[in-house]
Amino acid sequence: MGVVTSPAPVEIERTESAEEVFAVPEPDVPWVTIVHNDPVNLMSYVTYVFQTYFGYTKDKATKLMLDVHHKGRAVVSSGSREEMERDVQAMHGYGLWATLQQDRK
Amino acid sequence: MPGHFEPLPGGGAAVALDDVEISIIRSLAVQLLELIGPGPGENASEDPLAELFAEGPSEPPSDPVLKRLFPDAYSDPEKEPASTREAEERQAHSAEFRRYTENDLRAGKRENALAVVRTLDALSPAGDGGAVLKLTPAESRQWLGALNDLRLAIGARLEIADEDDTDILYGLPDEDPRKPMVMAYLWLGGLQETLVTTLLA
Repeated sequence: MGVVTSPAPVEIERTESAEEVFAVPEPDVPWVTIVHNDPVNLMSYVTYVFQTYFGYTKDKATKLMLDVHHKGRAVVSSGSREEMERDVQAMHGYGLWATLQQDRK
Repeated sequence: MPGHFEPLPGGGAAVALDDVEISIIRSLAVQLLELIGPGPGENASEDPLAELFAEGPSEPPSDPVLKRLFPDAYSDPEKEPASTREAEERQAHSAEFRRYTENDLRAGKRENALAVVRTLDALSPAGDGGAVLKLTPAESRQWLGALNDLRLAIGARLEIADEDDTDILYGLPDEDPRKPMVMAYLWLGGLQETLVTTLLA
């Protein structure tokens, strides 16, 4: 193991090789929690849940609630799969209809 | 303050309920408890080993109310799976999620419904046959969850799938057999709405 005195062209080539790209198993795509519209849940209650559970401001919680109401769905949080499973479980606990998925665009 | 909650100074909420209202809420909460079922621990005497294997179910419930209370976590209702493989993947992930979460979710909903029954049973009657229910902030949150679950349950029984269904139900003639359930649904909605307001105050 000698001291590297000069950059070897071979090494530079290796870091850019296609092999290394393929070696990455999963692209680092975040997961998202989606809340779906529901004719039963009250608008005030949905806003309350977003404020209480996520700690969102009243404005942000209201905007998300309106997205759910008018567009049928809203992404309410994003992060790792484990975090999103936790959020979805919490939403089900509150009675909101939520699912998680990888945020493929 | 009939039919709606008001905030109590220092936190919590209060509502005046008459005998009929108390018995309706209590009976709905008990029905919900029966539907959600006992926790795994409550069968322990019959089979002590069962508790060691207290994993939740992997299949979605067949009852429409339970299906709504415990939906599939990986099935986007608006995006059909693109392939058979994706459909199977969603199903497998939803099943796994269910195994690890449904018992806890059932326990949480059971606790909320039990809190409703307990607080109603602790009421001391007022002179006119009714009573004033006073809730602590913690009890208010449990009531809020239980009222929401009750409305989801009634909504599923009434097959409310979108806003149009709600409009149709509101316009039902008095002789329609669904009318009492719709009245209860609306009344619980008013209670829930005013209870949320006290918690956001």
